[in-house]
Amino acid sequence: MKRSSKLFAALAGVVLLIGGAAAQTTINGAGATFPNPLYSKWFSEYNKLKQVQINYQPIGSGGGIRQLSNQTVFFGATDGPMTPEQMQQAPGKILHLPTVLGAVVPVYNLPGTQGEIKFNGPVLADIFLGKITKWNDPAIAKLNAGMQLPSTDITVVHRSDGSGTSYIWVDYLAKVSPEWLKKVGVNTSVNWPNGLGGKGNEGVAGLVQQTPGSLGYVELIYALQNKIAYGSVQNAEGEFVRATIQSVTAAAGAAVKNMPKDFRVSITNAPGKGVYPISSFTWLLLYENPKDKGQSKAMVDFVRWALTDGQKFAPDLGYAPLPAEVVKLEMEALNTIKVS
Amino acid sequence: MRSDWFRRGLSKVVVWLCALAVLLALVPLALVLFFVVTQGILSLNLDFFTNMPAPVGEAGGGMANSIMGTLLLIGMGALFAIPVGVISGIYAAEFAGSRLATAVQFAADTLNGVPSIVIGVFVYGIAVLPVKQFSAAAGGLALGVMMLPIITRTTEELLKLVPVSLREGALALGATRGWATFSVVLPAAAPGIITGIVLALARIAGETAPLLFTAFNNRFFSTRLDQPISSLTVQVFTYAISPYEEWHRQAWAGALVLVGLVLLCSILARYATRRLERLQTGH
Amino acid sequence: MKRAFARQDLGFRLVTGAVALSLVLLVVTIGWELARQSQLSIAKFGLSFWINDIWDPVSGEFGARPFIWGTLYSSVVALMLATPVALGIAIFLSELCPAWLRQPLTFLTELLAAIPSIVYGLWGIFVLVPAVRTLEASMPAALRQLPFFSGPPVGVGMLSAVLILAVMVIPFTSSVAREVLKAVPMSQREAAYALGATQWEAIRAALYYARTGIIGAIMLGFGRALGETMAVTMVIGNNPQISLSLFAPQYTMAAVLANEFTEAADELYLDALIEVGLVLFVITLIVNVASRLLIWRMNRTVTVRKIAPVVATPVGDAA
Repeated sequence: MKRSSKLFAALAGVVLLIGGAAAQTTINGAGATFPNPLYSKWFSEYNKLKQVQINYQPIGSGGGIRQLSNQTVFFGATDGPMTPEQMQQAPGKILHLPTVLGAVVPVYNLPGTQGEIKFNGPVLADIFLGKITKWNDPAIAKLNAGMQLPSTDITVVHRSDGSGTSYIWVDYLAKVSPEWLKKVGVNTSVNWPNGLGGKGNEGVAGLVQQTPGSLGYVELIYALQNKIAYGSVQNAEGEFVRATIQSVTAAAGAAVKNMPKDFRVSITNAPGKGVYPISSFTWLLLYENPKDKGQSKAMVDFVRWALTDGQKFAPDLGYAPLPAEVVKLEMEALNTIKVS
Repeated sequence: MRSDWFRRGLSKVVVWLCALAVLLALVPLALVLFFVVTQGILSLNLDFFTNMPAPVGEAGGGMANSIMGTLLLIGMGALFAIPVGVISGIYAAEFAGSRLATAVQFAADTLNGVPSIVIGVFVYGIAVLPVKQFSAAAGGLALGVMMLPIITRTTEELLKLVPVSLREGALALGATRGWATFSVVLPAAAPGIITGIVLALARIAGETAPLLFTAFNNRFFSTRLDQPISSLTVQVFTYAISPYEEWHRQAWAGALVLVGLVLLCSILARYATRRLERLQTGH
Repeated sequence: MKRAFARQDLGFRLVTGAVALSLVLLVVTIGWELARQSQLSIAKFGLSFWINDIWDPVSGEFGARPFIWGTLYSSVVALMLATPVALGIAIFLSELCPAWLRQPLTFLTELLAAIPSIVYGLWGIFVLVPAVRTLEASMPAALRQLPFFSGPPVGVGMLSAVLILAVMVIPFTSSVAREVLKAVPMSQREAAYALGATQWEAIRAALYYARTGIIGAIMLGFGRALGETMAVTMVIGNNPQISLSLFAPQYTMAAVLANEFTEAADELYLDALIEVGLVLFVITLIVNVASRLLIWRMNRTVTVRKIAPVVATPVGDAA
């Protein structure tokens, strides 16, 4: 008995030693799940460069905003900009800094069809409202002349959890369908008129893959990685565009002209040629005047790196880099953050 | 009086039904275990046990920090829950019928039904928000709170089943209530109480939601109690909801390690129980 | 000597009582906190929260009835499936099992409890749901007419949730019931055999002796089912509708909390979610009261107290 308790004490000592030695200051952040793969690449690369440990956890956009307001984390990340109420409740001024672009695509499972299906905004809204119930509905057939659509029922799949992805999707639907805006509205979580709820992008992807006749929405990277069929969407110019790195970056380029100073802008249904209409920024949230100036400086340096060198990691992981004009505006905005 | 033939037949049928029940439970077990093992075994290598998580596209990622974190969190939870749970169970059994004992039963059963996320939110409110800091200690507390009902109720029910003669024998030999309980009654019920503790451990080892708001998670290796700490469940969850196949494989490997960990606890507990039984009964 | 004993006994009672009290206070505090943090929602909706069906975060209108239905329906049906199986396992392992098989089988049934709930959820999505979908699709038309089996065979829905919950509940109930049965003195069974009982009748005698423990085991399982979050939300379809059909996707209180809590950002929404947690808390309390009454009625015929008298009688006094 004595021997084993000595062993335990030794083990505990070793563990605490290792733990103590590895205890550098870690900057904690929380927020959106969508950019997590890219952010973890960024933080890992930056750690190799600068020995700064940044611990980011994807608990969701709303969670990130809440924890940032409660000051339990140093920075947040969100797919949907903070509302004026949320900004008021925070104990200090918060800056929104776009880091990268993402796209939400309509994924479907329709055995017996070849090639991609074309959608437009009103049709998608009507499907999610429950007004279009079959795949061979005339409204869908009109967009897809020459394709034989089966008479299967459409099973709508949406997110059961609140999410920035949902926000982007319903933000688009509200812009193209006044009925959606009135009946359902825009939020990270809405009262869906019908359909199944999947947990997370992965849950929706899984449900769509397994349910014949289903239609859902996921971030582009999930459609690519899971090899699910996704359709093209008609943009404001009337073109049918598939989500690609180029078409998503184009959506941001169109918004640069009217970019507000605080970068809180929705770029869904953006005007311009070759633009994919269901695109969005994702933002990092930083306090303008935080208490810990050391961590502030570290984060500002990191963001500068992410906006320049960091962007080259984006396309491999399925994210669209920011257009140069936006980066320039952001570098100026970063100067307003107090670092000493 | 029913005929002998009927009674014997009924008895045989019941015996077979019970055996069937065991088989019925083993089927999903085999299916789930098979699933976890086949998905996870290929990703288990030395890197997994010694490295930190790696971003997508980089090989050699691991979950060393998560394994350490889970062990620490479970340890803290047990440190809190075992004394509180066992002693509360002792009170509820020894002084059964009193208002406090009934209150303990109610409290334990109600606590058992509280979803893990609510407990996480509660501990967030009392242990994280006031200090504006996610911490391993808060995570341990949340897990400990979840262990309490199982340990309390199991202890209580098993103590009540210890034959009165044992207790009265100790009292007759001059022991005080406390002495009788701790030296005679408790050891008699110990094997069952240990089962309750193992069940509670199994329950919390698989929980994610309470840790999200308390221990948070940590990409880096940490054993500090006042900092966020990683855990197998949260890390598995984070990987599982991502789109990348390689992260999914890591998630399955993590799940396999988690199941193995709980298994290990269960085996150790069984071993301890058997030694206890041998000490008590002499064979 | 007498006084020293009495003091030590009092000390024993005080110390253990203090710890027990802290447990009770902890649970009361949780209930209190739940009520406190849902003030906005309670003030706005009052009792209509329990009977409204609309859950709309955009317009700020919240009603929890579909979730209450989903939780109760899924937990009760899961319990109905799990309890016989769990008791059967407990009986088998404590009474009928050949000795060499006991350890490995005990080990295996406890293994069911060791699997994390998220793993059950993932297995549910990839294995159980497709199987259930096939089962639902192949159900004969005659049975489809019943309200329990109506609706399109989607796979995700109440049936998958109930099956997964049952599997998760079984190890808890069976482990505790097994230990309880093992603790029943052999004399009870021997007495039954001496009176000419068959094996089943002797088991019944043991079950009767241990009935409060058995009910405790079932209640533990029920609590597990009520509060299970991750596994359920992955297979139940997450659609807030009230339906008798096992095929229909539905929603539980724990699931909606898990899904929407991290993202909820405005005060009323947050408070409404916490009120859902409060509702679950209250329902669990009510279920406990009901089962407590049941036990009380069962015990009314018992005249022999199974535990030591509350008042200690130190040695030397006449008992």
